[in-house]
Amino acid sequence: MRAVFLRFLLSLSIVFGLSGTAAFAQHEEHPATEEKGFEAGKTIFGHISDAHEWHFFTLGETHATIPLPVILYSPQRGLSVFSSARFGHEGHRNVYEGYYLVDAHYREQMGASGVNPELVAGLKEGKIIAVDAEGRPDPTVKAYDFSITKNVTSMLLSVVLLLLIMMAVGKKYQRGIGSKSAPTGFQNALEVVVLFVRNDVAKPNIGYKYQRYMPLLLTMFFFIWINNILGLFPGAANFTGNIAVTAALAVVSFIVMVASGNKHFWGHLLNPPGVPFLVKVILVPIEIISLFIKPIALTIRLFANILAGHIIILAIISMIFIFGKLGANPGAGFGFSVISIAFSIFMFFLELLVGAVQAFIFTNLSAVFIGQAVEEAHHHDNHTEEYHTVNPETGQQYNVGTQEIIA
Amino acid sequence: MELLTPELGLFVWTLLAFLIVFFILRATAWKPILKGLGERERGIADSIAQADKVRTQMAQLQSENEAALRTAREERTVMLREAKEAGDAMIAKAKAEAKAVADKMIEDAREQIHNNKMAAITDVRNEIGQLSVTIAERILREKLQNEGAHNNFAHNLAKELTLN
Repeated sequence: MRAVFLRFLLSLSIVFGLSGTAAFAQHEEHPATEEKGFEAGKTIFGHISDAHEWHFFTLGETHATIPLPVILYSPQRGLSVFSSARFGHEGHRNVYEGYYLVDAHYREQMGASGVNPELVAGLKEGKIIAVDAEGRPDPTVKAYDFSITKNVTSMLLSVVLLLLIMMAVGKKYQRGIGSKSAPTGFQNALEVVVLFVRNDVAKPNIGYKYQRYMPLLLTMFFFIWINNILGLFPGAANFTGNIAVTAALAVVSFIVMVASGNKHFWGHLLNPPGVPFLVKVILVPIEIISLFIKPIALTIRLFANILAGHIIILAIISMIFIFGKLGANPGAGFGFSVISIAFSIFMFFLELLVGAVQAFIFTNLSAVFIGQAVEEAHHHDNHTEEYHTVNPETGQQYNVGTQEIIA
Repeated sequence: MELLTPELGLFVWTLLAFLIVFFILRATAWKPILKGLGERERGIADSIAQADKVRTQMAQLQSENEAALRTAREERTVMLREAKEAGDAMIAKAKAEAKAVADKMIEDAREQIHNNKMAAITDVRNEIGQLSVTIAERILREKLQNEGAHNNFAHNLAKELTLN
């Protein structure tokens, strides 16, 4: 976590206008720290991965972390609930209740102690594993991890924010503000988004049945959006950039889509009318695959976009330290920090936009899929026919209703 | 690859939290918000429709007023013309009547004059007759101083009588 320390010092020196060079030089000579160079990949992965404790920075031997609750369920050992602080600190891990939080040191140790190499390869840093009495990985014990991780904590924070904001605004409408009089305060900001979801997402994609799906689409949009924004804060979790999160949201979307599929939808999917049998043999499996590809596309699109944004920002920031380490010359790092900060400011603005755009795309595509499921047979054709009207006197054709010509 | 393997715990928590948020917000936020927005939109649409209706009504009222005014104006013209005609007719009638009366009076006067004239003429004639008789008597009396003439005359008279 040296990189984090350097970043912390850098930001401090920028804020206070201190001579950072002295601070760096002093640290280089420190004998206790093992010099391995700056590993950008490791730092970046440390930031974008989920964790069992919320780590802000490490200053010397002081780890500024918030321990989070660990909840484990094992069919053999039952339920265990305890604080992640029980596992000790980074680099000083210990076994607790037969579980161990894997770190790099443990992997090296196990590799050296002659444990099955396959088992060692399966050890993932930051994961909790069941261990035997000697502290070796125990593959016979199956443990399910339902811990309140950094991502879950971040999500709970967003849930509280979401509930506070939306319920306050909902209460205003219940009192008649906004429906009988002009909306006030934050209501104005929210209303625009709610109307956008209704008029540009739900109505055009779902059709006249849109009202049933409005609460889902609104929850989806705001849930994703607020978490995208929270994820941009320095030190925050990478919640929407985690595949488990986007998969959970996509599953909700998929279940709603399947549950609202009507006869027309399933009929066209499983037995397309007017298609020769041989074509059907090819077409139906493709259709069924496409049904499952939809939620997978949703999952990957959101997760990859947010993750990519985070990685780019972290990579640009990391460049300061890569340059700083070149030839042990921190000056290059400071020199590059100007460019790097400018780039990351640009990226932050871009990510703000991406956060909203991806929330919109996820919601919009969900609406499109639901719209396909609830679409009725030849609904549109009847409409267009009805609107082609002929003037009885002149024989001229109009694309309007009969009433309008009479008028 | 680690990034692409979803963790069960996070998946379950996210699903749970999302569903709880969905059910809470559906009841406490989205329903009132959507209802409020719908009410407001309907209110605005109704107001616009109402304003349109009032405008059409006003236009109709105005055209009705104009029509009424035009009718009134036409009626006035007709009434004026009729009154003038009636007046003219009355004057003409009065004139005719006056003329008739005057004519009758003149006629009467003329008749009276004629009657008077006739009476006067008759008087004069009677006077002349008497005068002539008197004159004739005197002449006769003068003539009949001698016998012969008297006889002769009587004779002549007798003759005339027989002849008649």
